[in-house]
Amino acid sequence: MAYQFDFLSVLDYTDVLLKGIAVTAQLTLTGGVLGVAVAIFGAWARTQGPAWLRAIVSAYVEVIRNTPFLIQLFFIFFGLPSLGVQLPEMVAASLAMVINLGAYGTEIIRAGLAATPRGQFEAGASLAMSPLQVFRHVVLRPALQKIWPALSSQIVIVMLGSAVCSQIAAQDLTYAANFIQGRNFRAFEVYLVSTVIYLLLALLLRQLLRGVGRQLFARRAR
Amino acid sequence: MTPTPSTPLFSKARRALLLGLFASASVCVAALPRPAQADTLADITKAGVLRVAVPQDFPPFGSIGADMAPQGLDIDVAALMAKKMGVKLQLVPVSSTNRVPYLQTRKVDLIISSLGKNPEREKVLDFSEAYAPFYNGVFGPADMAVKSAADLAGKTVGVTRGAVEDLELSKIAPANATIKRYEDNNATISAFLSGQVQLIATGNVVASALIAKHAPKAPETKFLIKNSPCFIGMNKDEPALQAKVNAILAEAKKDGALNSLSIKWLLRPLPAQL
Repeated sequence: MAYQFDFLSVLDYTDVLLKGIAVTAQLTLTGGVLGVAVAIFGAWARTQGPAWLRAIVSAYVEVIRNTPFLIQLFFIFFGLPSLGVQLPEMVAASLAMVINLGAYGTEIIRAGLAATPRGQFEAGASLAMSPLQVFRHVVLRPALQKIWPALSSQIVIVMLGSAVCSQIAAQDLTYAANFIQGRNFRAFEVYLVSTVIYLLLALLLRQLLRGVGRQLFARRAR
Repeated sequence: MTPTPSTPLFSKARRALLLGLFASASVCVAALPRPAQADTLADITKAGVLRVAVPQDFPPFGSIGADMAPQGLDIDVAALMAKKMGVKLQLVPVSSTNRVPYLQTRKVDLIISSLGKNPEREKVLDFSEAYAPFYNGVFGPADMAVKSAADLAGKTVGVTRGAVEDLELSKIAPANATIKRYEDNNATISAFLSGQVQLIATGNVVASALIAKHAPKAPETKFLIKNSPCFIGMNKDEPALQAKVNAILAEAKKDGALNSLSIKWLLRPLPAQL
């Protein structure tokens, strides 16, 4: 007997799906914005920061980039309470995503800074700008412009990685999919629908980031 | 004596011989035990041995200890039965699939194997009174006052997604109770132990395991979601055996022997409903 597809049974749980999409969007927004902010700070620290700060940031980047996101999430959510730090799941999920994107973003932006010609730094110094001012006003924006596609990809990866946050009962899209599947046992329909939704969300996010890039980085005649 | 014209087939001697054989045969048949009412209790007493089917891979009800001997709540209850009947105990390790056939083919006299009662089984078995609890319920720390589903209002409960507790709790919990569903049992337990949820909905065996591992928050039963206690199974139409088993259980409940077994293996006293 062939499997009887029943996509309409998924529509019974539209409200659960919509809530899941909203939570995924919220996690991505928080994680993306704060993560990029952490990444910019980290890139600055690794290139121009004092030695002790450089060591701390390097350690942070190496640990986060070489451990699984799920373990980081579980440590924050299940492990930290033993040290007295009790975080609700949305805070824990957002924090994990910020830390994760911050580490990968640091390396990406640092690559952009490394690709900036030395002349830019020297020109800024010759105008009596402090290294921090040079960083902020001269080299950061071109560096970001160079690596914007790579950083956008990383943000989309982190958005898709937010699916893992369902493991700590953050009610994102994957949690909604698992919830529906646990009630109507229609794994094929449920997971196909959620895959399509994730695909649309990712495409939307890419377009959004492309738009942000166009706004922030005016195209200059070369 | 072969028949000849002078000795007919049914001569006096032969007739006497045949009559004697027939008479003795009738006496023997009359003296045979009638299978009309099987009395397993009498058989057990006569043989001096009680054969009990017990689990071997389901702690704390039955498992193999470090010394390769069976140990568990069901084994201790079987030993109690044998002692009160004044016979030796013979343990027969069984699995969930073969325990009922073993009883039906009289390889064992009783099933003491965390056996639950349901209509299909009631057609082929008789059950004693309940001797051990086996339930899904909501558990929490001792200082939290929750007595029923309505008291869950404003509280967080952790549950494993898709489990019986999840489906039942979702039906009876009030709207402002927060149910957090985790993907597996371990995550649910971790959430409870790390304080991410205040209460946990799971089986009593899991809760006992948490107590055994000296968890910092010892879970106490708040209320039951679904109760399926353990019964002793025996063959149908055994009134004497059933009465004797129930009498032994009633006595054990009264003098606290069953309660101390529950504390020893399930780490909690018998619930009042039992």
